Amino acid sequence: MIKCKTSKEIGGMGHSKKRKEDARFIQGKGNYVDDVKLPGMLHMDIVRSPYAYAKIKKIDASKALEIPGVIAVVTGKDLEQYNLHWMPTLMSDTQMVLPTDTVMYQAQEVAAVIATDRYTARDGKEAVIVEYEQMKPVMDPFKALDEDAPVLRSDKEGKTDNHIWHWEVGDKDKTDQIFDNADVVVKQQMHIPRIHVASIETCGCVAAYNKVENHLTMYMTTQAPHAIRTVIALVAGHVGLTEEKIRVISPDIGGGFGGKVPVYPGYVIAIAVSFLTGAPIKWIEDRSENLQADSFARDYHITAEMAGTKDGKIQATRFKVLADHGYTDASANPSKFPTGLFSIGTGSYDYGAAYMEADAVYTNKPPGGVAYRCSFRVTEAVHAIERITDKFAKEVGKDPAQLRMDNFIKKEDFPWASPTGWSYDSGDYHAGLQKAMDAVGYDELRKEQLEKREQGKWMGIGISTFTEVVGAGPSKNFDILGVKMFDSAEIRVHPTGKAIARFGTKSQGQGHETTYAQIVAEELGIPMEHIQIEEGDTDTAPYGLGTYASRSTPTAGAAAAVAARKLRAKAKKIAAYLLEVSEEDLEWEPGKFFVKGAPEKAKTIQELVFAAYTNHPPGMEAGFETTHYYDPPNLTFPSGAYICIVDIDSETCDIKVRRFVAIDDCGNIINPMIVQGQVHGGLTQGIAPAMYEELIYDEAGNILNGTFMDYLVPTAVESPNWETGHTVTPSPHHPIGAKGVGESPTVGAPPAIVNAIVDAVSHLGIEHLEIPVTPFKLYKKLKEVGYFK
Amino acid sequence: MIAEKFNYEAPTTIKEAIQLLHEHGDEAKILAGGHSLIPMMKLRFAAPTCLIDINNIEGLSYVKEEDGFLKIGALTRESDLEHSDLVRDKYHIFGDATKLIADPQVRNFGTIGGNLAHGDAANDHPAVMIALGAEVEIENVEGSRSVSIDEFFYGFYMTAVQHGEILTEIKIPAPAGRFGSAYHKAERKVGDYATAGVAVAIELDADGTCTKAGIGLTNVNPLPMRAERSEAALVGTKLSEEDIANAALYASEDCSPSDDLRGDEDYKRHLVKVITKRMIHRALGRIK
Repeated sequence: MIKCKTSKEIGGMGHSKKRKEDARFIQGKGNYVDDVKLPGMLHMDIVRSPYAYAKIKKIDASKALEIPGVIAVVTGKDLEQYNLHWMPTLMSDTQMVLPTDTVMYQAQEVAAVIATDRYTARDGKEAVIVEYEQMKPVMDPFKALDEDAPVLRSDKEGKTDNHIWHWEVGDKDKTDQIFDNADVVVKQQMHIPRIHVASIETCGCVAAYNKVENHLTMYMTTQAPHAIRTVIALVAGHVGLTEEKIRVISPDIGGGFGGKVPVYPGYVIAIAVSFLTGAPIKWIEDRSENLQADSFARDYHITAEMAGTKDGKIQATRFKVLADHGYTDASANPSKFPTGLFSIGTGSYDYGAAYMEADAVYTNKPPGGVAYRCSFRVTEAVHAIERITDKFAKEVGKDPAQLRMDNFIKKEDFPWASPTGWSYDSGDYHAGLQKAMDAVGYDELRKEQLEKREQGKWMGIGISTFTEVVGAGPSKNFDILGVKMFDSAEIRVHPTGKAIARFGTKSQGQGHETTYAQIVAEELGIPMEHIQIEEGDTDTAPYGLGTYASRSTPTAGAAAAVAARKLRAKAKKIAAYLLEVSEEDLEWEPGKFFVKGAPEKAKTIQELVFAAYTNHPPGMEAGFETTHYYDPPNLTFPSGAYICIVDIDSETCDIKVRRFVAIDDCGNIINPMIVQGQVHGGLTQGIAPAMYEELIYDEAGNILNGTFMDYLVPTAVESPNWETGHTVTPSPHHPIGAKGVGESPTVGAPPAIVNAIVDAVSHLGIEHLEIPVTPFKLYKKLKEVGYFK
Repeated sequence: MIAEKFNYEAPTTIKEAIQLLHEHGDEAKILAGGHSLIPMMKLRFAAPTCLIDINNIEGLSYVKEEDGFLKIGALTRESDLEHSDLVRDKYHIFGDATKLIADPQVRNFGTIGGNLAHGDAANDHPAVMIALGAEVEIENVEGSRSVSIDEFFYGFYMTAVQHGEILTEIKIPAPAGRFGSAYHKAERKVGDYATAGVAVAIELDADGTCTKAGIGLTNVNPLPMRAERSEAALVGTKLSEEDIANAALYASEDCSPSDDLRGDEDYKRHLVKVITKRMIHRALGRIK
């Protein structure tokens, strides 16, 4: 049970308040970008390349332009006149907006058709004839580094290979030395497959440029509206579009998961066309375009190694990564490291040496990658450490739960300095795993497993005990184009004691309108029902870096608490003035200040706010509002202990998740019901890459599963009954002791699932399975080891 | 859906619908539940010039026993069949199959007639109807004709329903002996086409000898397929484990699955063998 400091009426932290935003969502009254309709608005559709790598010989738009209602067809050559045919990526790489001569991946934008309605735009798109000269694409990231591989980025002066960057961290010599002398070394090559966020709402925008005012309003599916405004100003300042002339509005968003952080070519084309025509331009992707062209996630090839003693003490790890970034490095990664926070991959274990290195390559695949519900490559890191830990346990003959217990960082050892440079703020890993083991009845399950094996039945138990690193971020580690990654809250309390609070973040379903209100209610004692939350309009919200990487609570949530505390300090001054006592004589309880020892002498927060407008103390500024920009001193380090139990049909290889217990530790909890919802959603997006999802390309560069018929997004039917629980280890540096939680389940679930599947068939000689583990893949592996003839 | 332009007609009688088919020519399409046609139009793989919506025609949705047949109207929704008391106790195979067809929203709209008339070997009802030995009623300007399910499927998306004709009813002969039936498909996730599916219908005489066996296979052959050698291996036997194993083996040998993302040929043959064996057992278990 969570103890609440505030009454149910105030509804501060710990209350399972129903989400304020749901009233409009469940009634179909949300306002999404496709709901924006402006007078004179034109519609855009995009011609896309059927080939992964080809020269464009000719673009013939004449048939399209004959269709009544088709206004224009825009090509790379048209944009070239304004120097808008290329754009920078967030990783300081470059990306075509529209190509002038070569296409680099299937589904790449080739031309844009502008028409009076959506249907005519699509008809026009179908009528544009493009002649291509196909070239042999580079699809295999390992072959991309071959000496005779064609150099894909010949647009870059002096580029002689497909290598993008090299990165490393940790003490190589120390690590190598431990490996050389270790009792036991285990090694595993694994692929974290290319997947897609597949949010329900696709990407889109309405770019509305007003020629008379020289003003752009950009309605857009973005997780970071302020950052986008700054980017537009930096890119388009030369044509007079300076930052005060740009307003970015991010309306309701139907899921982001990192996929709505990047700037896609469609946005830029829409702005350019609106700028040239003066008409509002609407661009809304269809499902296939979203899946095939928008930024992918993951696609890390990892070789993980672990060294340790024969009695099961972990001593060192070594990870080597090959990152397939597709045609350009368009990662949505604001950290100072090209692999993001991959260096969290030493996990929850107490050992002193690690070395990690990564190389990135170009291939003829769509660019990326985004941090799909993940704090920049934490998912990849957690998969590697949790898989290799299981393999190590197997090698030394220890139960994987016991081996983890034996190696966990102890709770008294926090803050913990990791061998790759992080300072873990807090955690209690032993308590988490014990709680998960108690919940599933771990020892009984191991007995059942043995009995089942005797009968030829396969069941497996898989564990993942992960540490996340979220809340980007401290300015020493993070920035976007130099802008530090603080976030902001502005609270304005009206004379009657009701408030509006605005934030630089942007909810895409996380429930900010509820949780932020609860944080302010906690600190100010104003009922959360009376605190209106607003985000997403750059003209009204304070500057912030947006919502992704579980950063909203660690940054903007902290800003809300600090801002509210500033206001409470002001309220205290007013109370002292009204009650004619000194501030030291006052005590706070949620909703009022009272005189110590004389509780009947009290002023409620509502009375104090009213006084701020009607009877403020001499010398004090009137009004009751403030803003705070919070630059976190450290990241927060949520953790979890997940246990998955699978049953596998030994004939069909069907895999059924029987139970899944998730014990999360996200520090202090703001709204338990929202956290539970977050965990449920995240776990479902964790089962996705573990068992279902992967973007698959053939050698010719064709995507083989470019629609939802073959790109298998799990539904309620595939989801087991998630069993959730918590341990609470507050973050010592966060104002309300909270950590992020939105991404923990997505990060932690896949290795628990694959560990369970491998565990179920380990007696047949299987040591590893690549995700997604499908029945077909398992069948083939069982055939390989001779189980099926 | 951003389809190409099309005309739309909504007749209220079969006669009117047939007339409209003639008026609009080859590129007109019947719209029933729309769950196969509309996705194809959305992707612009199909671009009919006219949709003739038959949902306003009364009297095409029913499940009834009459004249020694179970009769199913072509516009009967999957969910109607799923929840029909009549089939629940007697034709378990429909309960098995409909529950595996997509999700409740799709089943509330998708029709049995459409599932067959689409002519796709990946659909589930073709194999079910093969196992049950169904006949299909087709109407045209001259009247109506009855086609055996074994002569119904011609090729990829091609059936005995010719231009100007409408599938109106499916007739399943009432079983003579003690009867049991079952269907299962392996699928990657809900709503997927079968990786492999097997429909089984078995009739036994009083002393337990198999007098009739129907086995249909889903999505492991270019056309919906009857596993004839498997059926023959069962009829006249007491259905020993060995008889059943033989039938399962023959089904896996006689189909011709192709490699795709669902699995390779080898895996699909393996599944056909496993599922055939299981469905024969399940059907037998249902015989009272």
